[in-house]
Amino acid sequence: MSKNIVAKTGNEAMAEAMRQINPDVVAAYPITPATEVVQLFSQFVADGNVKTDFVTVESEHSAMSATIGASAAGVRAMTVTSSQGLALMNEMLYIAAGLRLPIVMPEVNRALSSPINIHCDHSDTMGARDTGWIQIYSENSQEAYDNVLQTVRICEHAQVKIPGMVTTDGFIISHCMERMEMIADNEVKNFIGEYRPERYLLDIKKPYTLGSLDLQDYFFEHRMQLAQAMCNTGKIILEIGKEFGDKFGRKYGFYEKYHLDDAEIAILVMGSTAGTAKVVVDQLREKGIKAGLLKLRVFRPFPYRELAQELAHLKVLAVMDRADSIDSFGGPLFDEVRSAMYDLKDKPQTVNYIFGLGGREINLEMIEGVYTQMQDIAKTGEIPQRVNYLGVRE
Amino acid sequence: MNKKKLGYKELPAGDLLEAGTALDFETGSWRSDRPIHDEEKCINCLICWAYCPDSAIKVEDGKVKEIDLRYCKGCGICAQVCPPKIKAITMVEENKAEK
Repeated sequence: MSKNIVAKTGNEAMAEAMRQINPDVVAAYPITPATEVVQLFSQFVADGNVKTDFVTVESEHSAMSATIGASAAGVRAMTVTSSQGLALMNEMLYIAAGLRLPIVMPEVNRALSSPINIHCDHSDTMGARDTGWIQIYSENSQEAYDNVLQTVRICEHAQVKIPGMVTTDGFIISHCMERMEMIADNEVKNFIGEYRPERYLLDIKKPYTLGSLDLQDYFFEHRMQLAQAMCNTGKIILEIGKEFGDKFGRKYGFYEKYHLDDAEIAILVMGSTAGTAKVVVDQLREKGIKAGLLKLRVFRPFPYRELAQELAHLKVLAVMDRADSIDSFGGPLFDEVRSAMYDLKDKPQTVNYIFGLGGREINLEMIEGVYTQMQDIAKTGEIPQRVNYLGVRE
Repeated sequence: MNKKKLGYKELPAGDLLEAGTALDFETGSWRSDRPIHDEEKCINCLICWAYCPDSAIKVEDGKVKEIDLRYCKGCGICAQVCPPKIKAITMVEENKAEK
């Protein structure tokens, strides 16, 4: 394998992945901070670097609609969005999943209004967590690039056939330049292969109806199929993560463990904050504190069995949510991780930290503070506050 | 249609149906107004055939043969698009039409 080390922002990394995928159709509407992915990709189209039919649309609702149309017609179709754009697509996200179309969408995480904010948090994709899409979160540009390539394979797999979004943290990853390795164009081409759907609307020899009225008699069965497909997706994600690792040297699973196996206290978090937390874990380990980290990569399907096993031995677990459910309890990640551990005989004390909303700073000291509080809980067995808002002014 | 309803394991994935299933669904039962076609006035321009949303205008050898009442919902589009000087299709209340 030829190593090509480059410096890329998250947006550049995802645009390059799209160039190498060379989708047949991309329909997109530019929105911050994913704008740059679309802009860079449109340059590839203009320069003739891809053979993509690039459709400029008037909104994200139309972007997803056109992508659905192209995918149903039988081609590899992609789009890109962020924040309000994803919210506007919401109706069509359910349709893409319900029609079982393997659309891959890079998504740049940032806050939803109101008040107006353009910076990072996970509330946009958390709002789409029950749409039937695969959700894969990335810590940095390298992961964003690798995840986009793998997600094409995952979504198009015969046992999956559901759409997937790959996210990066807005500005923190999308606009931050980092060292990463790119795979050669022809190797990507071989890895993703050609898209050959079993059935497609433009196959005039086998005509069929797609998206018809589906009332009391059949709707439930079709939704059950989608639920089953999501259950099948886990093992495919692991297979493709392993194949990617064997070929290109970077293995992927549902999550990454960092000093977790012998840890007594640990943080579970998604996205770029995991990188900051790793530094804190290193500092604490030097002081002899048994701190660990689990960075969750795959949120949909939710790997509840595996998570429960990995976390069972901990004394205290802090789940860090970069989104709030506004449900008078905790964040979405906390709710699901805590539920996953419910059947364990001995389970860790679990606390929630909602942080970083609207791009609010999350730094080493703040994360160290979380570990310090977990040490106190481990010592006293008492939880002063189950759900905490980290870094908000009183 | 007394077909056995398929379970989720047997159904084609997603909301898929074979083509042409509208044939099994006789929308003619919805009709409250019936189109009456006058063969003598008709100039066979076939505008009604092009506009009919249910493909209920039956054409043979380039001529309007009949209106298929099994599928005609009685929307009246055919009567509307028939050229005003011709008026070969008139809408009649279903209960006043000949059986």
